[in-house]
Amino acid sequence: MASTDVEIHQSATPPDNYGQVSDNAAESTFAEVDDRERAIPAIEFRDVHLAFDDRKVLEGLSFKVMKGETKIILGGSGCGKSTTIKLVLGLLKPDTGQILVDGEDITHFTELEMMKVRKKIGMVFQEGALFDSLSVYDNVAFRLHEQAVPEEEVEPEVRRMLRFVNLEDAIDKMPIELSGGMRRRVGIARALVGDPKIVMFDEPTAGLDPPTARTICELAMKLRDLEDVSSIFVTHEMNNLDYLCSEYAVVDDAGDVVFEKEGERLCLINTKVMMMREGKSIFHGTDEALKKAEDAYIQKFLRGH
Amino acid sequence: MNFATRALLELQETTLLAARAARGLLKRPRYVPETVAQMDAIGVGSLTIIILTGFFTGGVLTLQTFPTLKFYGAQSTTGYLVALSLVRELGPVLTALMVTGRVGSAIAAELGSMTVSQQIDAMRALGTDPVRKLVMPRLIALIIMLPLLTVIADVVGIIGGYTVASGLFGMDSSMFFNSVRDGITANDILGGVIKPIVFGLIIGSIACQKGLSTEGGTVGVGRSTTRAVVTASIVVIITDFFLARALQYLLDMPK
Repeated sequence: MASTDVEIHQSATPPDNYGQVSDNAAESTFAEVDDRERAIPAIEFRDVHLAFDDRKVLEGLSFKVMKGETKIILGGSGCGKSTTIKLVLGLLKPDTGQILVDGEDITHFTELEMMKVRKKIGMVFQEGALFDSLSVYDNVAFRLHEQAVPEEEVEPEVRRMLRFVNLEDAIDKMPIELSGGMRRRVGIARALVGDPKIVMFDEPTAGLDPPTARTICELAMKLRDLEDVSSIFVTHEMNNLDYLCSEYAVVDDAGDVVFEKEGERLCLINTKVMMMREGKSIFHGTDEALKKAEDAYIQKFLRGH
Repeated sequence: MNFATRALLELQETTLLAARAARGLLKRPRYVPETVAQMDAIGVGSLTIIILTGFFTGGVLTLQTFPTLKFYGAQSTTGYLVALSLVRELGPVLTALMVTGRVGSAIAAELGSMTVSQQIDAMRALGTDPVRKLVMPRLIALIIMLPLLTVIADVVGIIGGYTVASGLFGMDSSMFFNSVRDGITANDILGGVIKPIVFGLIIGSIACQKGLSTEGGTVGVGRSTTRAVVTASIVVIITDFFLARALQYLLDMPK
């Protein structure tokens, strides 16, 4: 069932419409709400526990990421944020609990079965995690090369992805020659090859200057608003939260992507926040609700003191 | 965990890794270009150190044994002794140790830094099994190239032995090479090639396992590299003893 699911979405989004709005994506929030397919969460955690030796990392974590939704996971260092997304990819296995991707229980999948699930998921690692023995082109083309796609199909796809992250000029460079922000963007381009409907960002803006961090957030917004991608966005930087919760991407009359502030037009920003602390979810809801939350830890996290 | 438990656990991990790599052989993609590149890096790249090691080992064997043999009037058997020690023991073991130092450390360091910089995770996230993409080509390359390097070391070692015998002790070349030919049997050569196949498997699986299990950043990479070289060297030397004993029975050599 999950495979038909993917096909439906892929056919709904023609491959070369990045940078332009797809009708489906624009209307998805309204038109497809009662669609049964969309009622199945893209990612679901049910009471997941995980411990490394004696150290408990996750203690009963449960949450859902709906189709087309961006879930921002906030929390201090070491609270289990990165572990959570590694669990989705099956890079780690939970001790107890269930993890579902597109309604499919992947908890006990073997490495071979996981490879199929991973094809629907794009992952952006901290620092990019580019293969430093390969050029930018080969990094982005990695998935296609592994699937033995003919070279004449690989090149246009790689260029399209690099255009999406605005880095087409760097195509022949080696990762070592790139700046931190460029590495992160190549990492995003690599994750987006094959148009995955689920994308995970592991602290994509950590250690970047504010304008570059903003660029990364804009890419995440474009994916959410124009491509109907479900995503998990792990961060501990509050300005990321502000961008993702208060702005949305639209295509203007000239065909360019612009970002509009919430309130300029009626819109529903499909972003929810989850706050984690010591392996548990301590808050779940919208950013407005987060700012009003009375929990002392949340207030301290938001204000920094 | 005490030492014995940890050692057993590592043995299990290493064996499982090698088994997974072997299973990967049966399925596509087979990563032939990667394997050829590794064979080039491991085999051709190690040629210089192997030739130097072989030549001087053969030379020093002659240097040390000739006076003793001469004392008993048996200097005509110098070639026999040099060739036998090289083909049976010194060739396989020294080559394996040199390759451990050069290639084992490089594999552990490379896979280790890929692990700590999340490149291994990224590879898995992109749907590629690192065991098949990275471990299998290295293992195959080592298993094929180590016997070839050993044969080269043996030959160069005998030439080194002859150079010293004729240059320093004025020995006749036909006398030296006749005793070499009398000394080695086909079984010696066979045994001398079986050993490096096993050593290649040992070096490759230990280095890859240490690399992939690296933890703790750049310090961790250094630690796994050291561990890979130390463990592989010791295991090679210990295995050599038992292998030599087993080959004595299997190939029906004088015991």
